[in-house]
Amino acid sequence: MTWEVVIGLEIHAQLNTNTKIFSGSSIAYGAEPNTQANLLDLGMPGQLPVLNKAVLPKAIRFGLAVGATIGRKSVFDRKNYFYPDLPKGYQTSQFSYPIVDKGGFLEIEVDGEIKKIGITRAHLEEDAGKSVHDAFPGQTGIDLNRAGTPLLEIVSEPDMRSAQEAVAYARKMHELVQYLGICDGNMQEGSFRVDSNVSIHKPGTPFGTRAELKNINSFKFIEQAIEFEIARQIEILESGGKVVQETRLYDSEKNETRSMRAKEEANDYRYFPCPDLLPVVVTDEDIEAIRAEMPELPSAKRARYVFEFGLSDYDASFLTGSRAMAEYFEAVVSHSKDAKMSANWVMGELSKSLNQQGIDINESPVSAEALAGLLARIQDNTISGKIAKQVFDAMWNQEGSADEIIAAKGLKQITDSSAIEALVDEVLAANAAQVEAYRNGQDKMFGYFVGQVMKVSQGQANPGQVNEILKRKLS
Amino acid sequence: MHRLSIKQMSEKLRTREITSVALTQHYLDRIEKYDGDLNAYITVTPELAIEMARKADEMLDKGEGSLLTGIPVAHKDIFCIDGVKTSCGSKMLHNFVAPYDATVVEKLKSVGMPILGKTNMDEFAMGSSSESSYYGPTKNPWKLNAVPGGSSGGSAAVIAAGLAPFATGTDTGGSIRQPASFCGITGIKPTYGAVSRYGMIAYASSFDQGGPMSRSAEDAAWLLDAMSGFDAKDSTSLEQEKSDYTAQLEESLKGLRVGVPKEYFGEGLSESVSNTVKEAIEVLRQQGADIVEVSLPNKDLAVPAYYVLAPAEASSNLSRFDGVRYGYRCENPQDLSDLYMRSRSEGFGTEVKRRIMVGAYALSEGYYDAYYLKAQKLRRMVRDDFVNAFEQCDVIVGPVAPTTAFNIGEKSDDPISMYLEDLYTIPVNLAGLPAMSVPAGFAEGMPVGLHLIGTYHSEAKLLNVAHQFQQVTSWHEQMPEAYQ
Repeated sequence: MTWEVVIGLEIHAQLNTNTKIFSGSSIAYGAEPNTQANLLDLGMPGQLPVLNKAVLPKAIRFGLAVGATIGRKSVFDRKNYFYPDLPKGYQTSQFSYPIVDKGGFLEIEVDGEIKKIGITRAHLEEDAGKSVHDAFPGQTGIDLNRAGTPLLEIVSEPDMRSAQEAVAYARKMHELVQYLGICDGNMQEGSFRVDSNVSIHKPGTPFGTRAELKNINSFKFIEQAIEFEIARQIEILESGGKVVQETRLYDSEKNETRSMRAKEEANDYRYFPCPDLLPVVVTDEDIEAIRAEMPELPSAKRARYVFEFGLSDYDASFLTGSRAMAEYFEAVVSHSKDAKMSANWVMGELSKSLNQQGIDINESPVSAEALAGLLARIQDNTISGKIAKQVFDAMWNQEGSADEIIAAKGLKQITDSSAIEALVDEVLAANAAQVEAYRNGQDKMFGYFVGQVMKVSQGQANPGQVNEILKRKLS
Repeated sequence: MHRLSIKQMSEKLRTREITSVALTQHYLDRIEKYDGDLNAYITVTPELAIEMARKADEMLDKGEGSLLTGIPVAHKDIFCIDGVKTSCGSKMLHNFVAPYDATVVEKLKSVGMPILGKTNMDEFAMGSSSESSYYGPTKNPWKLNAVPGGSSGGSAAVIAAGLAPFATGTDTGGSIRQPASFCGITGIKPTYGAVSRYGMIAYASSFDQGGPMSRSAEDAAWLLDAMSGFDAKDSTSLEQEKSDYTAQLEESLKGLRVGVPKEYFGEGLSESVSNTVKEAIEVLRQQGADIVEVSLPNKDLAVPAYYVLAPAEASSNLSRFDGVRYGYRCENPQDLSDLYMRSRSEGFGTEVKRRIMVGAYALSEGYYDAYYLKAQKLRRMVRDDFVNAFEQCDVIVGPVAPTTAFNIGEKSDDPISMYLEDLYTIPVNLAGLPAMSVPAGFAEGMPVGLHLIGTYHSEAKLLNVAHQFQQVTSWHEQMPEAYQ
């Protein structure tokens, strides 16, 4: 019998509020150390937390999106442990009564098969600060800017059976929280962190001892880390050893995981309800108000793109890959009224340029409105599709709007039939031998003449008219 | 001057018969003269006091300010004051200068009350005698070898000895009322949530409540008026509109139903205290109150429940004192664990360490249900007792403490007997109710307090009863001879 892999994920999604979960400090990334830490964040005596109410609709929106029960009375608990980057000596979290309770799930697709992954719960908590080990020789620096940043910890059931499934779930979750507008999804900045619990066992026997792989900041590395971990555990068990319950770190350079700390040394966290905070009561009205403002979810969007816009499944999936991409696409369509053409441009030139520069669609130098302006010039025959690519490149380089570039570079299509006729005459006169050959039955020479006319017009002659005039002249 | 009521002082200030600077200096001089023996202040702030008094005089000169403007106040050393050492009676915070004002401090600053200093207390408010202070015990002005009670013992002593007209205190299990009783002054613990806890160093957050300590109930009413009110910085602060605590002071006690819980007069209560309290109840009866017997059958569950829950909260609240960012840090820590262990072992006193240990144990895995959750159930039972009793009466009366002030050192090695000091006060904190201690006479030469307990938000009624009682008695006007 082969080994069965069991994986459950704990995902920390940083909620995109302006301020911390219990204090008024900013959570903007990248500030000088400790410049975003006020008296509460420093754990000063006598300081009291006040809940940032902006976190509640975000957490509830998530709960509704995954079909979970919303905790009508959720409670903040204290998780007690000592660490220098934990200024109060406890982390405020939700233990017994989370805001997002049981019943949620996410559908993933791996190798064409659809699978439901259960979501155990999701709860609100504050992030810890950061220990900086390399800034001062022999000493550890503490940066409390991150302390108190609001997190939604999303805990899955141990429903995944391969690294591929785990990554598919993580990606799906990453897409979802961005769609919901509750998390910016930036993995490099730690806004979306994935911890994987991995174990193996023989089917029909109890689950094996698990190892936890922490804070891996790319999907590729998550997959590699899990693969490595599975192989490591199989090797241990098959050579008669025992897997130790522990936290392991992934080293992407060596492609291996190594032990960070064994669970045996772990603290008893002595959870108890935080007496400084009141339970959070959520009413039916609150839930309905949040439901009414829910954005369209990716699966609904994909279906709509196929039915309403007539796009292929592939195109629909591509364009709904992120909320920003879908919003961009929909903005282009709203002007062009041509979904297929808009899809081709967004998936073609635009995506190609974004990839080349490695930037996000939000940072595109060509806005959706600007791209729609370019498509309008194709639609009204001002330029050909080919010239449009040239105009797009100029737009990408910030040379101006489509109209400005067309005017400045004189790229307007030649549609005057007498002018095209003059070009055709010029080409035919210069290629007498080829004309002779064509007349003798070499039909494929026609394309050559079209190419020559386009060439002398510098691509600006209207191709339809060129065809028509050539046919007439050669007949 | 120190024997005047607040109203009289205020009158003299507003007619400019006296200045705030003169009044403040009068108290500073008395502190200078008497506090060496009493040890009631941890920190005296003469420069700050005089500077604030000058500003108060400027306001008074222009006819501005309120009744309290220019009247000095002493703060228990548990309240943070910007730029002033705030030690909480602990070596742990011996070097800690608070970088901000507690809401209570800010409120009293804003009405122009000069700050005389910070009063002594049991370390982190854990104690009933003020002996656990890192700064040594405060003495009872009525008898220097007796304790003033605790944890707000310093505040009670400064009022009794006339070293401040007003003081702030906090009451987690009786820490305003018991020292008020021992020192023969008036103190009120308001309904939980009435006074903001922001800037008040936490001991047990779900019990801690600040309140005023003064000579008379009327004085207390004025101070409570200025201290209390909703504070957005404290999530457990009561959002309802604030009561006018002085409005009902003059109401008659005719027809007032005064409940006497039979369990408050049982075993453990000294006979002389019992007799003094019964005489005080007789005074209320003579003023027209109807005395009814009520029952608080679960009273004896309160102390054990409290000594699970309060330490549990404390074990977590005191985790921030780790030697990392502020406060005491051990010499030459070898590594992180050494830094934690030695800073905390050396920085905290015995009683604080005992409660941290007890609390951490009660919360630990496998014991949580048996201790913490069970204690929460008891807490609800104790509260329900009061809810039921208040169906038959308007206020409950009884003793504040089983004895008068005991001698320094008498109970400090016996935690259980010290914990039982709070037998009558702790049930009130479990329920979150308002309650007072009002001077009710003397037993063997030492003051005895009458405990008045009200239902939620009934501070104005309690102050009314206390004030009316003080109209026909003069216990609150007594001062120990040495300090007159």
